[in-house]
Amino acid sequence: MLIYAIKRLGVAFLVALAVSLVTFTLLRLSGDPAAAMAGEGATQEDIEYVRTHYGFDQPIPVQYYNWLTNAVRGDLGISIYLKTPVADVIFSRAPTTMTLGLCALTFALILAIPLGVLAAMYPNTMLDRVALTTAVIGQALPSFFFGLILIIIFGVWLRWLPISGHASWLNFIMPSIALGYYATPAIMRLTRAGMMDVLSSDYIRTARAKGLRPRTVLFKHALRNAVIPVVSLSAVQLGFMLGGSIVIETIFSLNGLGSLAWQSIQRSDFEIMQGIVLSIASFYIILTFLADMLNAFLDPRIRVH
Amino acid sequence: MSDQVLNVEKLYVDIPVSEGILHAVDGISLHVNRGETLCIVGESGCGKSLTSLAIMDLLPKKAVRKVNSLELCGESILECTEQEMSDIRGNRMGMIFQEPMTSLNPSFTVENQMVETLSRHRGVTGQEASNLAVQMLERVGIEPATQRLRQYPHQLSGGLRQRVMIAMTLLCNPELIIADEPTTALDVTIQAQILRLLRELQSDFKMGLMLITHDMGVVASVADRVAVMYAGQVVEEGPVLEIFDNPTHPYTRGLMRCIPIPGKIDRTKPLGTIPGMVPSLVGEFSRCRFDGRWESGASGSSVKTTSLAPLQGKNRSFSVDESPKHFVHFCCDDCLHKSGHQIGEDLAQ
Repeated sequence: MLIYAIKRLGVAFLVALAVSLVTFTLLRLSGDPAAAMAGEGATQEDIEYVRTHYGFDQPIPVQYYNWLTNAVRGDLGISIYLKTPVADVIFSRAPTTMTLGLCALTFALILAIPLGVLAAMYPNTMLDRVALTTAVIGQALPSFFFGLILIIIFGVWLRWLPISGHASWLNFIMPSIALGYYATPAIMRLTRAGMMDVLSSDYIRTARAKGLRPRTVLFKHALRNAVIPVVSLSAVQLGFMLGGSIVIETIFSLNGLGSLAWQSIQRSDFEIMQGIVLSIASFYIILTFLADMLNAFLDPRIRVH
Repeated sequence: MSDQVLNVEKLYVDIPVSEGILHAVDGISLHVNRGETLCIVGESGCGKSLTSLAIMDLLPKKAVRKVNSLELCGESILECTEQEMSDIRGNRMGMIFQEPMTSLNPSFTVENQMVETLSRHRGVTGQEASNLAVQMLERVGIEPATQRLRQYPHQLSGGLRQRVMIAMTLLCNPELIIADEPTTALDVTIQAQILRLLRELQSDFKMGLMLITHDMGVVASVADRVAVMYAGQVVEEGPVLEIFDNPTHPYTRGLMRCIPIPGKIDRTKPLGTIPGMVPSLVGEFSRCRFDGRWESGASGSSVKTTSLAPLQGKNRSFSVDESPKHFVHFCCDDCLHKSGHQIGEDLAQ
């Protein structure tokens, strides 16, 4: 188990390094940062001054090395636009996005796993069809559209939930549902497929032949094996959700990393964009690592390899 | 108290398929006595596995079971609810499956899977249950049992897993064990060990053993009685020696010719085979079930003829050579005539 954990940790580290390299390079290649920073109407001299002042004249590998060593120390540079340290800005915004992401994932799991299990237990019945339809709608509706529908129903007509801001946990309900619903179909279908596979397996027949109660067979013997691929998928889905939070945060006026990313792109605020991509990627890498660990805990066969 | 551990009368299993209804098991009757091994032998698709699942009430959802009488130790278990059946399964009757590699849950230790059976049926938990599990593992020849107990199925070989399955089935000391081809997936030396073990345990625990196999060699080494199944019916049934000495149904004879016995078979000739395939059992079946499966030499003078006495109330069923336990059943008159046996006076007449 320990060896497995160390191996996964090594892989996670390499992924983080690759992500930082790609992020850095792409942003440098997407335009002249010095020209963007100097702004419109700047003279050639101003641009050159900015270039040398911020070190943009140095070779890319040197710039990358400097940026990375600073980043490891928690120094992500100073925002060109806001004139405050990038790390401070990100730390003030990150909790909102992480909360949103985790709530959305929780919602998706709470909805998708029971639906998937029920659909697998009663395949090709009305129940299965209803679950499938729910899933297809989730896949087909763009999340911004679904978010707007939620706002109209629960915010405008019923006036049950606040439609913007992040003052209380109530503010997170609608954005989490809008974001999480999009991830539901994949998780539900994988749960259904996995569960159907497991339910027809020999060891489930053995469990029944042992006279175990139906709920023991279902929840202990079947679900435990069926959720293993779902855990991995959930980590991937969370990655999509963090990306998708740009749209959802904008709709619900949540001041998270998503809306910050959107603003920074408009302002060509390279330092912040780098910081956001890096922190979302790190969060994603950490969760994937945790998903791997959870899987190893669930499936003893994984631990050996 | 009845000496019959299991008594099944007129068991039918129907499976709806797209072309109609598949009559997989067609009115078979069986019994297993205490301390006796009944081997059910037949080729793939003859309904022997479905028969065992039907007895355990573990048939797939879409299969329909019809049975006149199903008794465990003289008590009818036909009207049992699912709850009552689950109290019986694993407790009074257990089942060992063909595939030891996949029959244990990969996510739980041997200990976990053995202890849950004990806590379900005996209310024994914790250290006491673990100790019982260790004892049973030792009983089935697993060493070192305490160490194996903590392992996961993937850490055990096929033979060990099958031993674990056997130990798990024996935990609650069942009256009947149904073993569905328990050695088919194992290599030959392990097969012999497992069969010897089953035989030994069966006489120690005084339980009834119903062993399903397609291997006449297995039958010869463990059976007390044999039921030969073909196309959903029992075609011949009797004590193992009578079946081997005097196979009466042409199908049983065909099976016998397929066994390689050193010293008894002619090495220069190819081993016997039964031509053709099991007929499809979908829909109403009126043709002979052995259509196209009769060998040219199956009828006629070369085959020893036996005198058959018709059994009362059973169509085309006969007792063989006046033996009280050896019976043969023909699916149609055509079969009966082709077999060339002499038919005695109907006792009823």
